[in-house]
Amino acid sequence: MSIDSMFVHKMWDDKELSKMVTGGVPFPMLSDAGGRVGAVYGIYDEDAGVETRGKFIIDPEGVVQGYEVLTPPVGRNVSEALRQIQAFQLVRDSKGTEATPSGWQPGKPTLKPGPDLVGKVWEAWKTDMAFD
Amino acid sequence: MCRATGGPVGEPVEANQEDEKIVKEEPVMIKVGQKAPDFTAPAYHKGKFISVKLSEYLGKWVVLCFYPGDFTFV
Repeated sequence: MSIDSMFVHKMWDDKELSKMVTGGVPFPMLSDAGGRVGAVYGIYDEDAGVETRGKFIIDPEGVVQGYEVLTPPVGRNVSEALRQIQAFQLVRDSKGTEATPSGWQPGKPTLKPGPDLVGKVWEAWKTDMAFD
Repeated sequence: MCRATGGPVGEPVEANQEDEKIVKEEPVMIKVGQKAPDFTAPAYHKGKFISVKLSEYLGKWVVLCFYPGDFTFV
């Protein structure tokens, strides 16, 4: 979503993005005239008149589970966004019985919060697990 | 701006704080763990112009991304 019109979105997809992604952008490119949606989400830069690089992860209930906001010159990490969604999905599927520690990736061990884990996280999780 | 009657003549008039206050809405970040504000927005999707309503995606995971502008570089 950006302040550009859907017509400009079409031209950008036709002229440039479809040369990067076969078939063009697969998801809807939303237009936010005047930054009204961005202002509600708190990421519209009124002085510059553009949206900053905000990313929101919204769960099936419509609840915001996480967000990240970057200034324009630095791009996002799509793999990290997907990892976060996988982590939120795991927690949701476990109905809150599991949590994903720092550095968690699919397949890596989770934590089972409860009385037995208090003061014992150091046994279940080592600092090198924070890194890939 | 008002001045109490009977005040000393010739003294500088102090600006009334309330009058000087510029009404400007500060951007407020939404909170995690709370409902995402619903909206409807025009969109371009695979050759068609459509209207997208966030609440129509209930039941699915959504990644909502904002960016500064089309044809920018990053």
